[in-house]
This record gives sequence, C-alpha cells and structure tokens, in this order.
Amino acid sequence: MNRPLRKVAVACLVLFGMLLLQANWVQVVKAKDYRNDPRNRRVLLRTYDHERGPIVIGSGKSRQAVAKSVATTDTLKYLRTYPGGAVYAPVTGFVSLVYGLTGIELQQNPVLSGEDDRLFVRRLSDYITGRQIAGGSVVLTLNRAAQQAAYDGLAGKVGAVVALDPRTGAVLAEASSPSYDPTALSSHDPARIRSTYTKLMADPRNPLLNRAVQSTYPPGSTFKVITAAAALAAGLSPTTEIPSPTVLKLPGTTANLNNFGGERCGNGTTDTLADALRISCNTAFGQLGMTLGAAKVGKQAQAFGFGDSSLRLPQPVASSVYPAQLNKPQEAQSAIGQYDVRVTPLQMAMVAAGVANNGVVMRPYLVKELQAPDLSRLDLASPSVYSQAVSSTVAQQLTAMMEGVVSNGTGTRAQIPGVRVAGKTGTAQHAVGQPPHAWFIGFAPAQNPQVAVAVLVENGGSLGSDATGGAVAAPIAQAVMRAVLGR
Amino acid sequence: MTAPTLPGRTRRGTELTLLVFATTLATVGYAAVGIAKTGTLPSGTLGYGLGLGALYGLAHLAVRRFAPYADPLILPCVALLNGLGIVLVRRLDLAAADSARQAGKLAPRADAPLQLMWTTIGVGLFVAVLVVIRDHTRLSRYAYTAAATGLVLLLLPAVPGVGATINGARLWIRVGPITLQPSELAKILLMVFFASFLVSKRDVLSLASRRVWGLDLPRARDLGPVLLAWAASIAVLVRENDLGSSLLFFGIFVVMLYIATERTSWLLIGLGLFAGSSFVAYRLFGHVRSRVDTWLDPFADPSGQGYQLVQGLFGMGTGGIFGTGLGEGAPNTVPFAKTDFILAAIGEELGLVGVMAVLMLFALIVERGLRTALTCRDSFGKLLAGGLSFALALQVFVIVGGVTGLIPLTGVTLPWLSYGGSSVVSNYVLIALLLRISDAARRPAPAPVSPAAARATLQDAQTTVVRR
Repeated sequence: MNRPLRKVAVACLVLFGMLLLQANWVQVVKAKDYRNDPRNRRVLLRTYDHERGPIVIGSGKSRQAVAKSVATTDTLKYLRTYPGGAVYAPVTGFVSLVYGLTGIELQQNPVLSGEDDRLFVRRLSDYITGRQIAGGSVVLTLNRAAQQAAYDGLAGKVGAVVALDPRTGAVLAEASSPSYDPTALSSHDPARIRSTYTKLMADPRNPLLNRAVQSTYPPGSTFKVITAAAALAAGLSPTTEIPSPTVLKLPGTTANLNNFGGERCGNGTTDTLADALRISCNTAFGQLGMTLGAAKVGKQAQAFGFGDSSLRLPQPVASSVYPAQLNKPQEAQSAIGQYDVRVTPLQMAMVAAGVANNGVVMRPYLVKELQAPDLSRLDLASPSVYSQAVSSTVAQQLTAMMEGVVSNGTGTRAQIPGVRVAGKTGTAQHAVGQPPHAWFIGFAPAQNPQVAVAVLVENGGSLGSDATGGAVAAPIAQAVMRAVLGR
Repeated sequence: MTAPTLPGRTRRGTELTLLVFATTLATVGYAAVGIAKTGTLPSGTLGYGLGLGALYGLAHLAVRRFAPYADPLILPCVALLNGLGIVLVRRLDLAAADSARQAGKLAPRADAPLQLMWTTIGVGLFVAVLVVIRDHTRLSRYAYTAAATGLVLLLLPAVPGVGATINGARLWIRVGPITLQPSELAKILLMVFFASFLVSKRDVLSLASRRVWGLDLPRARDLGPVLLAWAASIAVLVRENDLGSSLLFFGIFVVMLYIATERTSWLLIGLGLFAGSSFVAYRLFGHVRSRVDTWLDPFADPSGQGYQLVQGLFGMGTGGIFGTGLGEGAPNTVPFAKTDFILAAIGEELGLVGVMAVLMLFALIVERGLRTALTCRDSFGKLLAGGLSFALALQVFVIVGGVTGLIPLTGVTLPWLSYGGSSVVSNYVLIALLLRISDAARRPAPAPVSPAAARATLQDAQTTVVRR
C-alpha cells in the first residue's frame, strides 16, 4: 500500500500548495483592490477610527468649520458633524457608514483621513510617539456671506447659484436647492441613515443632486452673451445695426421665432447689437446666429468651456453642450440658448467671469489650501488661466453692453446702489406646459470686477410662466454680489 | 513518569517543549486581543493560559503513559491550532458584544468559554481513546458496529423531531439546549469500517478485473461498495442539504479504496461518479447552482448571494501580508466568521503570514499522519492512518478553498479552529486514533533473535496466520 500512500501524500501537498497560492492571490495580488473597494465597510470603519480633519472656510479669526469630527464614547470613535448643514451640503457631501463618501469628503479623503502621502512623515512620527493619528484640514474658497445669501435666495425654490472671483477662479458660493442635512447621513445608526437616505431619494426634487455642477439646463437668453461675443469677435461693434424683425421666419420650416410677449425690437426692422442684448431681442439674435453660423458660435462657446468633460470642482462637472450638426432654424434657436444647448450653472458663471476678467477665464477651484493637523501648509491653490475666451476689447464692449442690461434693460432688479453691475437675464423654455427656467448671470463692479455670478431657478420659481430671469433670478444674484462686496 | 527502560527514542521531551511553546503563543494571543480591545491586560489571561496548559499537560501525560512512541509533532500542532481558535472565537465574541451595545441590545452568548469546554471534553475523549484502545488492530473487530452507528449518526438529522435545520442545512441534532453535528463523528466511525472492510476485501477488489482500453476495470459486482458509498453521500446531500459532508465522505472513500487496491481505475471511477453527480446536482438543485455561480463571480451579487464570500475576501485583502493585528480588524463583518469563515478572520487580523502558518500546521499534521501510514506495519493501521490524514487534508482544502474562492463554497468546519463542539471533539478522537497507530508504527521492532534460538522457537511454535 505504500505506493498509493506516497501518491496521496504528494496529492495532499499539491492541495496545500494550491491553497497557499490562492491565499497569496487574495492577500497580495488582489489585496489592494479588496482593501480599497468602496463596498468594503472596513474602508469606512477606518475613517471613523481616528479624528478626521475638518472642512473649513475663512482664515484666521473668521476660520470656521463646516464639517468636523467630534469624539464619541461608542465603538466608532468619532462622529462626523456638519455645522455648515444644508447650506454647505452640496459642497461638503457626507461620510456615511452605509452609502460611502461624497463631495469634498470623497475628493479630499486622503488628506481628511490622514492617509495622504504628504502626511506620511507626520504619520510615522505619530506612530512612533504613540500620538493619535489625525487627518489634515481642507480650506475652501467659499465666502460665508455669499454662500448664505445664495442659499437664502434659493429658499423654497429649486435651483443653483455659483459665484466666482473672476480674477482667480476661486469659487465664492456654490449653492443648490433643495438641500439636505448631511449630519443625519453621517450618524452611527445604520437604520437612521437608511431611512433618511431613502426619504431623500424618494423626494422628486432630488435634494442629493448638486445642481450647480451635476446637471445641465437650457441657458435661454443668457447664451446671447456668447452669441454677442462671437459677433463682436467677427468684427461687429455694439452699435452695428442688425436685422430685428418682429417675427423671424425660420427657413425651411413653417415655424417662426417671436420675441417675449410679441414685442418689437428697435424700429421693428433693425436694432443695434447693444440694444438687442439690452432688451433681449430673440429675433435679432436668432438672425445673428444664422448669419454667423454654428461654427463660429460653437467655437466661441467652446472657448468659454463648453464640451469640456475633464473639468473638476473637484468633483466631476457635467459638461455643457453646444450641439453639433445644426441646420439653419436650429442655428437660430441655439443662438438664443434654446434647442439642444445645455449648460451647468458653473459654466454660465465662467462665462460671466471671463467677460469680467478682460476675456480671460480663470480655472475654477474650490479648495484653497490643504493643511496638516498642526495647520502647517501642505498645498496652496495657485490660480491658473483656463482660456482666453474673448479679446480684451471684446470683453470691454460686452461689459458695457451688459451694464446696459442692468441699468435700463431686462436686468434692473440686479442693480446695487453705488455699484456698476453688468448682467444678462434668461428665461429658458424647456418643456411644453412647464414654466420656463429663470436665469441671471452677471458681475460687479463692472469697472473692477470682484464677483461673477450665475443664478438658475428651475421652472421660474414661484412666479410661474410669466417669470423672466429678471424678476426671479436677478434679485438672488444681486444679494450674492452685495454679500461679496460688503454693500 | 517515562520508564527509562523504553528502548529507542520516544521524543516525548520534544513534544513537551513544543506544547509549552504552543500554549504560550495562544496565551499571548489571548492577551493581545484584550489589550487591543480595551487597552489593558484581560483579567482572564492567566486562567486561560493555565487552563490550556493543564489540558495539554494532561494530553501529554496520557501520550507519555499510553502511547510513548507516538509522533511528537502532531499533538503540539493541534494544540496551537486549538489555542488560536479559542483566541479568535473570543475576539469575535468581543466584537459581537460591541455591536450589540452599539445597537442598544443585550450582548449575545459568549462562545469562547463554550469552546474551551468542548476542548476539555475533546481532550478527555482523546485520553479515553488512548486508554481504552491499546491496540488499534482490535478496532477492526467492531467494523460493522462502527458502520451501523456511523450510518445512524449520519442519517439522524434527517429524522423529524431529532434533526434541526440551521442555515438551510439539516445536519444538526438538538439535544436539550445544545446542537450537535453528528456527521463529524460518523465520518470517523465510517472510516474505521471502510479500513476494515477494504483490508478484508482488497484481494478481490484489486485482482479480479477486466482490462478495457488499457485500464483494469473491476468486475461489476465488486462495484457494490463504492456505489453504496456514493448513494449514501447523495442521500446526505439530498436529505440534509449538506454539500460539504457529502463531498468529504465520497472523496475519503474513493481515496481509501485506491490506497487499499493500488488501482488507479478506482480513482477514475470515483472522479467520473463525482463529475456526473455534480453536473446533475448543478442542474437539479438551486442551492448547488447558486453556490457555483457565486464562486464563478462573487461580485455579481455582492450584497446578496455573494455577500459572505465577498466580505471574506475584503477581510483577507484588507489584512494583506501582515494583517491588521489581533483585535484591530473588523472580521465580524463576515457572516459566520466563528465557524466556516474563521480563516477569513485569520487572514484579516494575522495576515497572509498567519494563514500560511495555519496551513503549514495542517500540512504538517497531514504529512506526519501519512508518514505514520507508510511506516505502519499492519494493513488496517496503514489504511486507517492514510484515510484519517487524507480526510483532514480534504476537509481543510474544501473549506479554505471555498473561503478563498479557489473552489465553490461548501460549509464544513476548519478543524480545531472553527467554533463548534462536534467538530472539536471528533477531531480530537481522530488525532487520538492517529497517535495510537503512530505509537505502533514507531515502536522499535522486537530485537532480532539469533538464528539458532529462532530455529528452536520455530520447532515449538504453533502454526500462526501471518498478518499482511
């Protein structure tokens, strides 16, 4: 019996050999995948194990945490709380035992959790000295007053506000409404987390959506700024008389393009470019779009950031669309921000900021600084140019034209006493029988811009289908700009 | 206690040293769990260390007295595995208590003291086997009694009123407050029967044959026993939903048949039957199909069918090479971490290093067992030792392979490590039998007598049957 016994012994060794190989496969080769899989609850448990760094706004005396961890007595040693609440929720996101991380909590997790490579030396010394390992802080660019004004302005409405510092690209406000309280989702009680989350998911207004960067809308007349920019770049001037029929017949169709309320622009035949923008003349811009052609308008839109799918803030930003392959009627409709043109509120803020900053769009950023637990600096954002969207001359011409919109055009509700404000309203049709979306983009002070803003209110807010961007969105933009300027 | 007159090397001193080492290691592990969880040395450490030491000391003394030539490595390996098992069960107890407190519920029953109790009973039976069975060959006399008892135990859970279904498998019997898995003990009893039966029938099984396509095929009527074993394991599978035990029984029987007859054709017939019935089971039984599908892609349904496997893989992956350290991981996120998935807990907290060490310990026991079989002088002992060793190897392969995703998962325990009374106790019986055979195998042969004396004795001798 010894011959088969020896063979069985070899077979047993082979079985154990296979087990050893498989263990190596699981624990060495696949280890990293398994360890960092978002479905692995240990990833989350680890984030609760030591003090997670705060997310803060402001600096010095005005430094204020909008998300921070507090020590608890239960087994998950730290509880994540959000003093910033719903106001900052679209930006901060949440840390949930059940649903994982979102927002800045997700994007800056390495620093917040203390696992970033830049914290390695410190972590090592913590380990050796037995000091509690702690996470670093993330300092945001948000302006507290502007963020609050944006959130308050959106109260009871569905929409979003983005405010940028046109000189740097720093995000001063990023609000989305309705919002949610991230603290409930970050509790230690899975049942409570689940019920809160289920309730939020069931809400048809989708409070978990960050409308400022995650969804796109038709821009309506705010897009006329881009069409005007293309026209100025093509050699027109603000005083150039352009055709402005009361009714624009769209070639090849029986459809017509009308003005808001059927009004006539200029003398009913022609109008200056500046005046057409001031009163938001659809027929003039529709004709202008066909004259310029989709190539020129599309190129101008692209220069402001349309079609860029790699933009991050730091979460991925939905890319704004100027459609390809347009026929003449579609060119006309696209020129006034209808048809299939889609934008994020962030994109329209970048348009306003580019005009404000002499045609230079600065790359938007939300994280100003990363700090080690001892508040020493790990990284400081440095503003960078995103694109030269228009020439400085065109930018100045546009600024003057947009000032006209606010001083005595459709955007008078954005006026700030003692400050020159430039802007453009928009009222975007998006579905039959639905009230239009209300838009406002603008910046102030016009001669020395410090804030550029875009406001979107879905379905025109409470004023129904009679809404124009001027009535609903402009006052919110005004409040945000005042908050930044301190007036 | 050792009689200095014992000839040859008993290596009992080696065993004692290794046992002290194993007990110390287990005690340190116990302390480490407490320190990691509460920051202080747990008060029970000394008691645990002393208790474990006393148990293994008793086992050692029994071996010294009743099986002095037994293999010196097997018992320490078992002691280390068992000690580590209790540490892990205790660690998972603490985690369960934590999460109960978190949810505002009462802490569930702590299993570590129970496991220690079962270990005590196991060691008691270990000693009893060594004391009662002085010569393993006498076991073959009770072959048919063993077979009958084994079959009854095996089919007991299927009897209404006695059997209990736990987690979908009807392989438990309920005796008062405790549940037992009789198939563990049945396995050993049936192996005793197989060994005896096959030794008595091996000539006819290995010689009478027809040659077909270069293979020596047995006669149709000699296929009876293997078909019976196959039918029994299918019955277990169908009646009790127990894939693991079914697979074990069949594998052990075929390999013992192969060892006894030295004929590869039995292996091929066995594999053929296995493949055929696997295919049919896959087509017929939903739970078999879902096991296989989960194995093929555990991440297809990570929160449903694949949950346990995926959580286990996450745990082991998180542990990596060196592990998180005892008490520092989250092995309790894996369902059944104390029983079937204890290896995932080892992988998470002790890392690849710990898993490899545990596998090496099992490999060492198996190879020492097979060495016992090789050196054993009687056929019954050879076959039984070979069968017991292979049974251990196959069981470890089935559960570790299942947990690590090498083969489809079937629920069997990891001997000595998994929580469970029947498993611990019957594996101590298994090891006692192995040591008993090993004692006989390593005992020096009687001193050769001089040819003249031999001749003189031969003339006086009665005719005896020479045992092969």
